[in-house]
Amino acid sequence: MLLFNVTPVIEVEGLSRTYGERTALAGVSFAVRPGEVFGLLGPNGGGKTTLFRVLATLLPPSQGSARVFGMDVVRDADAIRRRIGVVFQEPALDRHLTVAENLRHQGHLYGLSGRGLRARMEEALSRLGLWERRDDLVSRLSGGLRRRADLARGALHGPDLLLLDEASTGLDPAARRDFREGLHRLREQDGVTILLTTHLMDEAEGCDRVAILDGGRLVALDSPEALRRSVGGEVIRVQAEAPGRFQQEVRERFGLEAQVIDGAVRVTCEDGQGVMLGLLRAFGEQIASITLSRPTLEDVFIAKTGHRFQEARES
Amino acid sequence: MLAVWTLWLRELVRFYRDRHRMIGAFGQPLLFWLLIGSGFGGSFQAGGGTYLEYLYPGTLMLVLLFTAIFSTISVVEDRREGFLQSVLVSPIPRSGLVLGKVLGGTTMALLQGVIFLALAAALGISLRPPAAVSALGPVFLVAFGMTGLGFCIAWRMSSTAGFHAIMNVFLMPLWLLSGAFFPRSGAPAWLGFVMEVNPMTYGMSALRQTLSAGSSVQAEGLPSLPLSLIVTAAFAAFTFFLSMVSVRRQK
Repeated sequence: MLLFNVTPVIEVEGLSRTYGERTALAGVSFAVRPGEVFGLLGPNGGGKTTLFRVLATLLPPSQGSARVFGMDVVRDADAIRRRIGVVFQEPALDRHLTVAENLRHQGHLYGLSGRGLRARMEEALSRLGLWERRDDLVSRLSGGLRRRADLARGALHGPDLLLLDEASTGLDPAARRDFREGLHRLREQDGVTILLTTHLMDEAEGCDRVAILDGGRLVALDSPEALRRSVGGEVIRVQAEAPGRFQQEVRERFGLEAQVIDGAVRVTCEDGQGVMLGLLRAFGEQIASITLSRPTLEDVFIAKTGHRFQEARES
Repeated sequence: MLAVWTLWLRELVRFYRDRHRMIGAFGQPLLFWLLIGSGFGGSFQAGGGTYLEYLYPGTLMLVLLFTAIFSTISVVEDRREGFLQSVLVSPIPRSGLVLGKVLGGTTMALLQGVIFLALAAALGISLRPPAAVSALGPVFLVAFGMTGLGFCIAWRMSSTAGFHAIMNVFLMPLWLLSGAFFPRSGAPAWLGFVMEVNPMTYGMSALRQTLSAGSSVQAEGLPSLPLSLIVTAAFAAFTFFLSMVSVRRQK
């Protein structure tokens, strides 16, 4: 499966970044292959945005190295900037200007002008279904359209690598789906490599590979499917009257690992159906609700870090 | 160059679309001039003319200051809205970013200055056209310096409220003590010293002397015109340099 002879688009080795006393990234290493949609999943404060800013040449590493297209993010920042497109958490569009004016400015920043620029603008806007809206002021666009216009902006100069930081935050599920389709079109038509950061599980599910970051460390890296498989078996969640006592009884009577997370008891096991029926027979009157599911990426996160995704976000 | 041009153009388009800013940067000094100039008119003694006449070049300075400052406030907004980030990750040199932004602000201040000069007759100020034209040099230098200064301040600010605070406690006093509002001759010694080291004093002096076309009454007690121009140009170069350093340092 692995193509070792291909130069990675991104290569990060022992990357650390500190802000004064605080460590935002601690020795992170990974590589992104050409044409991949690569997700950085983690709670806020997990180090995603710091890593993103290093790769976007905005922040120098404290230790270790980060290379994009084989070039160093500090020494060769200019050469890298020509080949990357960046979409930030906040759309980088001027609200007082129209969509087309914004894209024209963007093109100029990349040395595009005249007919070549017009052709690219038409291509970028049509592909994302925004050609008809090109003369609208950005301030009049809905959040979803604004995001798509920002994606058109980031991809206008035909970058080989697109970096997106929480780019679908604040969008409703339908707009998020549109945005994701836009991304996948870019990858399929232009072969763009995409790295995105997210704290949304469903967004991470749509990536080819996902790196899970927590507390500045890389805790897991694989395809979503392989990550889920690594947790194994099935997950049963039980809402019970006294979760603590329930957890203990499950451990004692079934010999299964159980955790109390968010007021619910979470049991991981191989034979989900059998265990579920067993639990119902044994503790029927204590159970308010019980669900059985395959492990999600959230379960992967819990298994790898020992705590909930939300807790990490709050701390 | 294309990048400088596009950033410059953007400033202008934004300013034109955001007419409240345009009116605010122009109307406030004008109102100031009318009310204070008329109110003090009777008690003002320095020089030969009326206080309205004395305050006219000072008001021009205020128009330049306000326009330059308001245009650089967009740096704070750009940072918040993410626009600035997209410029920072583009391949344009940092100097291009500063130049585009500062020239944009300077151009707008220059335009507002020209409008204000054109209104002289309507405001009852006798201003000979050659004098108005010769004032454009100092107007440009002052506008460039103010925009550069605004840029340095805005680059460090995370909110527009912070910028307004600096404006009120730092820039407005500098303007008040530039000889725009009252001449140095009547001020106590310590204030006179502050006025002497205030770079705005020299811009003010250059504006006043070119506008009065060498009339000795207005030029009394002011630094010479060449000195005023040199200090003003040096200040403009200094703030531009400072802006470049700020942008380079920030990673």
